[in-house]
Amino acid sequence: MSLDKATVRTIANLARLEVRDDELDHLAGELSNIMTFVEQLSEVNTDGVQPMTSVAALSLPRRADVVTDGNCRDKVLANAPEQQDGFFLVPKVVE
Amino acid sequence: MSKLVSLTMAEARKGLAAKEFTAVELVDAHILQAEKARPLNAFVTETFEAARAQAAASDQRLAKGQAGAMEGLPIGMKDLFCTEGVRTTACSKILENFVPPYESTVSANLKKAGAVVLGKTALDEFAMGSSNMTSAFGAVENPWKRRSDPAARLVPGGSSGGSAAAVAARTVMGATGTDTGGSIRQPAAFCGITGIKPTYGRCSRWGVIAFASSLDQAGPMARTVRDCAIMLGAMAGHDPKDSTSAPVAVPDFEAALSGDVRGLKVGIPREYRPDGLSDEVQALWDKGIALLKAAGATPVEISLPHTKYALPTYYIVAPAECSSNLARYDGLRYGRRVDGKSLDEMYAKSRAAGFGSEVRRRILIGTYVLSAGYYDAYYAKAQKVRRLIAEDFTKAFQTVDVILTPTAPSAAFGIGETDDNPVTMWLNDVFTIPTSLAGLPGLSLPAGLSADGLPLGLQLIGRPFDEETVLRVADVMEKAVGFDAVPAFVEG
Amino acid sequence: MAYVIEGETGDWELVIGLEVHAQVTSNSKLFSGAATDFGAEPNTQVSLVDAAMPGMLPVINEKCVEQAVRTGLGLKARINLTSVFARKNYFYADLPQGYQISQFEFPIVGEGEVILDMPDGSSRTVGIERLHLEQDAGKSLHDQHPSKSFIDLNRAGVALMEIVSKPDMRSPEEAAAYVTKLRSILRYLGTCDGNMAEGSMRCDANVSVRKAGEPYRTRAEIKNVNSIRFLQQAIEYEARRQIDVYEEGGQVVQETRLWDSSKGETRSMRSKEQAHDYRYFPDPDLLPLVLEQAFVDHIKAGLPELPDEKKERFIKEYGLSTYDAGVLVAEQANADFFEAVARGRDPKLACNWVMGDFAAAQNRLGRSIEDPVVSAADLGGLVDLIADNTISGRIAKEVFELMVESGKPPALIVEEKGLKQVTDTGAIEAAIEAVLAANPDKVADYKGGKDKLFGFFVGQVMKSTGGKANPALVNDILKAKLA
Repeated sequence: MSLDKATVRTIANLARLEVRDDELDHLAGELSNIMTFVEQLSEVNTDGVQPMTSVAALSLPRRADVVTDGNCRDKVLANAPEQQDGFFLVPKVVE
Repeated sequence: MSKLVSLTMAEARKGLAAKEFTAVELVDAHILQAEKARPLNAFVTETFEAARAQAAASDQRLAKGQAGAMEGLPIGMKDLFCTEGVRTTACSKILENFVPPYESTVSANLKKAGAVVLGKTALDEFAMGSSNMTSAFGAVENPWKRRSDPAARLVPGGSSGGSAAAVAARTVMGATGTDTGGSIRQPAAFCGITGIKPTYGRCSRWGVIAFASSLDQAGPMARTVRDCAIMLGAMAGHDPKDSTSAPVAVPDFEAALSGDVRGLKVGIPREYRPDGLSDEVQALWDKGIALLKAAGATPVEISLPHTKYALPTYYIVAPAECSSNLARYDGLRYGRRVDGKSLDEMYAKSRAAGFGSEVRRRILIGTYVLSAGYYDAYYAKAQKVRRLIAEDFTKAFQTVDVILTPTAPSAAFGIGETDDNPVTMWLNDVFTIPTSLAGLPGLSLPAGLSADGLPLGLQLIGRPFDEETVLRVADVMEKAVGFDAVPAFVEG
Repeated sequence: MAYVIEGETGDWELVIGLEVHAQVTSNSKLFSGAATDFGAEPNTQVSLVDAAMPGMLPVINEKCVEQAVRTGLGLKARINLTSVFARKNYFYADLPQGYQISQFEFPIVGEGEVILDMPDGSSRTVGIERLHLEQDAGKSLHDQHPSKSFIDLNRAGVALMEIVSKPDMRSPEEAAAYVTKLRSILRYLGTCDGNMAEGSMRCDANVSVRKAGEPYRTRAEIKNVNSIRFLQQAIEYEARRQIDVYEEGGQVVQETRLWDSSKGETRSMRSKEQAHDYRYFPDPDLLPLVLEQAFVDHIKAGLPELPDEKKERFIKEYGLSTYDAGVLVAEQANADFFEAVARGRDPKLACNWVMGDFAAAQNRLGRSIEDPVVSAADLGGLVDLIADNTISGRIAKEVFELMVESGKPPALIVEEKGLKQVTDTGAIEAAIEAVLAANPDKVADYKGGKDKLFGFFVGQVMKSTGGKANPALVNDILKAKLA
């Protein structure tokens, strides 16, 4: 499986990772190499096998509907790169 | 070098109880050693002042007879555990200045038990790596040296390489690690110490910076099996804040060290002898088998047929989860931000500047295998193969009680000695990854030295939530092996 | 009659499916213990989990699970005992985790149905495709600063039910009736307050058009519709737009369009389209949600009487018309008010009063049913006074207005104002005699064939008795006298 530069560009965009044009060739090569390596899984017969999403043989535990958290704006904003009036600030989003 | 830094936790606990020395003395001796060991770069952030204050508080509790299970014992905390008020970086530039306003469950448990944290230990960025070379804050150096080439700087393994190096260099008595595909066991083997990745769900993941949620598991790294048992007991426990935390009681792990393995069946998987496995690793393994046989256990050859698919499975599952887990590092609410004209530009620039190349690579792979049209071929397929791998172990444990394998295919390698191919680097984890995928407990203990004088580890794998058997067997092996070599750094 | 839009090339039919996002009524969020109240100071109802701090983990709120099951049962839907939470991955300023925890392949609720009550009294059934639980996002404010957006995460992580209908609706009115009915059911169940103005219920519409008998054509998804009126307008606009595209020889593209209520149009959101790959996968921080049948049965046993059943009962038990019953049951509180008035009384008379003067006064004064202009007991008292002939219907209207004004009970008002109906035939006879005596010319005209004058005599009698004379008796006696 080899990834071309356009595919790398697309997934980098999906992952919001800026990739310079001069990195594309190298990245495409590396990622293709990895994909070729994982490709060997296609040899395994997995007919009728259920995907394993967790090794924990448990059902999802549930908590009671009680307000036990929040009301800690100082903590929430403590590491914010930019904030004002209790809000996080980001470059303007244009819809 | 103070004699205090050579003590094990079990010994130090006795000494403190007998008032042979104080916790402050014990901690000061380790701080001194840590200062000496600074060239190893094992710590990202030192918290010596806080440690001294904690040690003084420990002395008071010791005096009042209120000592916790790890009262006054100096430890290192992998910089993946969020610590309230103490910078937590995951060794990534993206979290360079992140100070969590909260404490992870595991580190809180350790503090509650009286453990004294000397600092945050280095790791591969976001725990992605097997060498500690992907850390944004510089490589960590293994305190061990090759006999043939004492000048060469060796890697401590990874990702918990800072913890392993810190323990091996006697700067702390133990340290926390996390293990996603071998990140406790492989560095333990490289640094000649013991480390156990417990069963998935045994230690809470709350407050531990996530790499791959279905695999990440915290565990102790120390110089003896007993110390690991002590520390694991303090770390573990059900945590309602982690939905995958197992609601099971924490046994007295130390009590499991009975010294008796008679009648136990020890599985020896034939798939763990790949072509090209080095003779000395092979010989070490054979030695381990012989020791256990001599102690009254029965080696049984077993088959784990899907072993060879563990690595490719892991390198789909882990990046997929990581690509999503690391989406939160977007420069918005915390962490590094690089301004951009638009929101998307801010994201892309912040993440490109914040993440190192290995992390970026894994995010891209993970994004790719989850993307439309590829999910079934890669992610879903890998999850199916993961089940087959787990079932291999389930079947094996119908006939054996524990499995013995090498921990890593080689001893520690030199910083910068590897080639550029990431897949070659990943082969370090070939023996540890299957256990991670199956969520089973796995322990590495030092079992001998390579021809070049470097430690080599053996791995013991147990049934789910049967760390006790793993520790019991490891304890017997530890005594039989009598590993007493010390790293060059400690020899001085 | 089927709803069609006439185009230049013939008649077009609409195909509409709706995705309703309903905020689950709960104290705390779906996966964190932060509060859900509306209108709090920015970022005060945010836990470290909601802010997606490193290492934070979700733990599900049992109440939200219960509410989803309750809603599923209310929609006569299949409850899936095993469901799975998945991550929907995308980057947005108000999505702290970089993914939304939702359900994808295995939702908690499967197929069900909603019965629409159309204004003409007819019904239609719309299929429910699925209902799943998911997290709400935070809020971005774009108008606070020239170059910055402000982010408030108070809503982030609040539980939503996404309720997806089948493409079973064929007109804007049906879409409106669907949302109205769904809202009514949710409010009966207590699983969502249905407050569209506060955003507790939001609606996306999938709209396509086709010629009769054709398979489905390409649909567009309209987002950001926050009232039932806008929903109808948006669907109408979008259908017309698509017809124009086809009739001009173009093709409709599958896309997301934003409803702009100020311009009354939908517009393409192409910017959001380009990176449309959500990379769903099961959330490894959460295990499959497995419910016991007993848990479901317990919720089922506690379900209230729902609008459809109540309507049926009102028709049967009270003899109401389909239309009246439908209107009364739409809001549970209205239905309860009606029943309190109707209990032990003439239900049709009670219905006329609740839906007539009472509803008009409620409207006029902008009152909610929780704060009625007169109590159900007093309105019932008024109905009693009519039924036992203490007052006439006409006087009752006057009494009712006085009740609204003064808050006094009807009997007291009748007493104080001396409004008790005159049923003494002697007194009525005397009043009639007086009127006839005073108008001999009109009596002559009437007898000469001017039948219409009968009303004049009635009016005069009522006037002379201050409106209190029993109208039926007046009629009878007058007829006899003029014979």
